[in-house]
Amino acid sequence: MRAKHMKATLLAAAAVFAVGAQAQDNTTAGIEAYREALQDGNPADLYVDSGAEIWKKKAGPKDASLEKCDLGLGPGKVKGAYAQLPRYFKDTNKVQDLESRLLTCMEKLQGVDTAPIIKAGFTSPQKADLVALSAYVSSESKGMKVKVSLAHPKEKQMYDLGRRLFYYEAGQYDFACATCHGQEGKRIRLQDLPYIPSAEGAAKGWTTWPAYRVSSGQMWSMQWRINDCFRQQRFPEPIYASDVTIAISSFMAGNSNGAVMQTPGIKR
Amino acid sequence: MANPMKIRAASKDGVTEIKILMNHEMETGQRKDSSGAVIPAWYINEVKVELAGKSVMTAEWGPSVSKNPYLAFKVKGGKAGDKVVCTWTDNKGDKRTDEAAVS
Repeated sequence: MRAKHMKATLLAAAAVFAVGAQAQDNTTAGIEAYREALQDGNPADLYVDSGAEIWKKKAGPKDASLEKCDLGLGPGKVKGAYAQLPRYFKDTNKVQDLESRLLTCMEKLQGVDTAPIIKAGFTSPQKADLVALSAYVSSESKGMKVKVSLAHPKEKQMYDLGRRLFYYEAGQYDFACATCHGQEGKRIRLQDLPYIPSAEGAAKGWTTWPAYRVSSGQMWSMQWRINDCFRQQRFPEPIYASDVTIAISSFMAGNSNGAVMQTPGIKR
Repeated sequence: MANPMKIRAASKDGVTEIKILMNHEMETGQRKDSSGAVIPAWYINEVKVELAGKSVMTAEWGPSVSKNPYLAFKVKGGKAGDKVVCTWTDNKGDKRTDEAAVS
């Protein structure tokens, strides 16, 4: 009994040391090993489960679930939908990302007033459902190839706006997304910074969010990630699910077409 | 009411690897909220794992274990179809038990 207990503890300790030793040899390889170790048992899976329940749960004044929500592939089709977002939606005559589309569904199907949800902070309970839903919906595209259309004029427009935003310098630091993500081979502290205008760089970001962040113990949606990028640049924080945030997503998603979705991801 | 755990277990060459992902805040009691009040400690302090009705691991935990803890370990024995049962108890006395079959 006790011997077995000891063995389990030793195995766990050995795994920790193995990661540590590699980090000394080569920092990047060490971080990669750490990320790989985290892949197994990603707590994002817990949010995937709760998101799936929220999807099926009746709510709002119309007492309806989101099961008939059209994410672009037809009402209720979740499988593969995230790999093709953002996209143009006829009914709203807008290009929408996952979270703005979920808000549309909450309004139309459930009769929910989404204004307070849009206003609420990311750590507030109002946003928690959307974060869990984005974990769930994105998990249903895991292993699929990004296939974002830029064929519709509005989709093209959104992508182009995203590119302009990416290079747009503003704020008290005169910063742009491109300040950190506009050159190959850059890093901040120990984090490699993907070069977003390239297919490979864009995919590094786009295909791994939403993600669980180990350092904060929080599940982050793509909107949350983008909002925090703007905050770090000392921009005014964008309104949740506004066109600015969708445009940046369109730019990243459009650039990573063909890459394989790994959502939900896990980050340090 | 605590949220369910995710348990996976696979047996190979007479060794069973058990992987458990628990759903828990694991609040240390060291943090303060936005109004400056201490957030009370709330963490799992005991984990028990059974394989095919036999206890194979018990652990005493404290506040240093991360939020949503992940526990993986290997034990000798076990075969496909055996039941893995995990129970945790936290410092508030809350309990959660989940089970899964070895594949």
